Amino acid sequence: MPERFITRGFEGKPRATGTTANRVPPGQYLTKDFPVLSAGPTPTTNLRLWSFAIEGLVREKVSWSWADFQKLPAQEFTVDISCVTKWTKLDTRWRGVSIDTLLESVELEPRAGFATAYSDGGYTTNLRLPDLVNGQAFVAYEYDGAPLDPEHGGPARLVVPHLYFWKSAKWVRGLHLTEKETAGFWESLGYHIRGDPWKEERYSGD
Amino acid sequence: MATIKAIRDETPRVRSYTLGLPSWTPHRPGQHYDVRLTAADGYSVQRSYSIASGPETDGEIALTVERVVDGEVSPFLHDVAVVGDRIEVRGPIGGYFVWEATLGGPLLLIAGGSGIVPLMAMIRHRAATASRIPTRLLYSSRAPEDIIYANELRDLEARNDGLEVLHTLTRSQPAGWTGYARRIDDAMLAEVRRPLGDAPLVYICGPTPLVEGAANGLVRIGVSAQRIRTERFGPSGK
Amino acid sequence: MKESTTDDRTLDANAVAGMLETLFGADMTVADSKCAACGREGEVGTLLAYTMAPGVVLRCPACSAVMLRMVETPRGTLVEAKGLAFVRMNR
Repeated sequence: MPERFITRGFEGKPRATGTTANRVPPGQYLTKDFPVLSAGPTPTTNLRLWSFAIEGLVREKVSWSWADFQKLPAQEFTVDISCVTKWTKLDTRWRGVSIDTLLESVELEPRAGFATAYSDGGYTTNLRLPDLVNGQAFVAYEYDGAPLDPEHGGPARLVVPHLYFWKSAKWVRGLHLTEKETAGFWESLGYHIRGDPWKEERYSGD
Repeated sequence: MATIKAIRDETPRVRSYTLGLPSWTPHRPGQHYDVRLTAADGYSVQRSYSIASGPETDGEIALTVERVVDGEVSPFLHDVAVVGDRIEVRGPIGGYFVWEATLGGPLLLIAGGSGIVPLMAMIRHRAATASRIPTRLLYSSRAPEDIIYANELRDLEARNDGLEVLHTLTRSQPAGWTGYARRIDDAMLAEVRRPLGDAPLVYICGPTPLVEGAANGLVRIGVSAQRIRTERFGPSGK
Repeated sequence: MKESTTDDRTLDANAVAGMLETLFGADMTVADSKCAACGREGEVGTLLAYTMAPGVVLRCPACSAVMLRMVETPRGTLVEAKGLAFVRMNR
């Protein structure tokens, strides 16, 4: 292999320094803006037709309309998020409903161990149930004090801040609970099945 | 590997870079090069830029680069790169959005903003080969100071060899402006297309809404979709 | 031609011509393709590309179905083409 060429004067992205450095997972760069990543067109969702469902290995499927969802107890979350494309954004402010709250409305079958989050536009991502509970995950419909912008996943997206952000499915419409883990959109094409940024679980085999 | 031989300001936000290429192969007008920047820590980023020059300039190409806010490659090229710097490039790439004089015409070129770049390669190639294929360029810019290659387009049109340039300025127009002053619409497309007959060969390049609006509009006024080629560019820096 | 299924992050497959050429050893943008979902045929260069993502996704401009996905990893490049009924390298 020839020696790698370095572009004169190109510094790439600044690494985090000082007090925030220990909040940035390995291999990540700090960003102040909020990059928009998307594997497809931004869906336009009619709120009158929107619903969020929990189905699969539950005794009875539950589904909320947009109006019903707004009546659920909501919380503010301020969290750091890390995208596998190497940016980390600190102190993002969201409002939404904790998955714990949603799961109170269903009776899980004991076999249920995994969930596939599915979205308008066909996107899916897989999650272990323990990664969704105990205040670790929520369905957000406000960002920074305003309704969540469609390009950032509005009307509602999953937010699982302790995993790489591809797990935080935009335009989320439900969770399908399963006994076995089924790889989602990116997990089925080389990305890590769990995606913990602190363990740098970027790709399958990491 | 390319060496920057010249840098020229086109507009306040757009610059052209002449790159010398030791292993140059003639490109087809409309093709692009990938530019890769690599930092000392191994971080690397790549963007694709259309070639602005025709294939007639031996051993060099010109890339025209618009500064993208929050971009990575274009701010580097604008703020850091100087003549003499070496830049890693790969190309020429892509055979879909290309036109050569041998493909014939009549030619209808539609550009939005820096979407003019690959079309300029076609126009320069047309001039360099002394082609007289009837060609009309409809070029949408926001304001007069945003028009890229304004003087060169005026000079090429003045050769009276069958090239006509029609501008539309969507946000602000100078006093006495006689060109179009609105976004591209079906009426404008019909007027611009009419002198070229029913079956022009069409190349459209620009932001997605302009490209789709123009392509769909042309189909509505009877141009066959088979004759239309499009190239969308977006915030990936194209 | 079609309903608007795009936004300003949509590119043409031309934008990833270099990556495709590295993978397939030929200029794929001029190859013909058929969408497995809706049957639309067209040159690969006419497909819509989404590149601001963990990988590259090419979609059908008629029905928006995923036709090709590519992910570059340290261990190699993964390509999935389930959404392609065929690709024809034209002579």
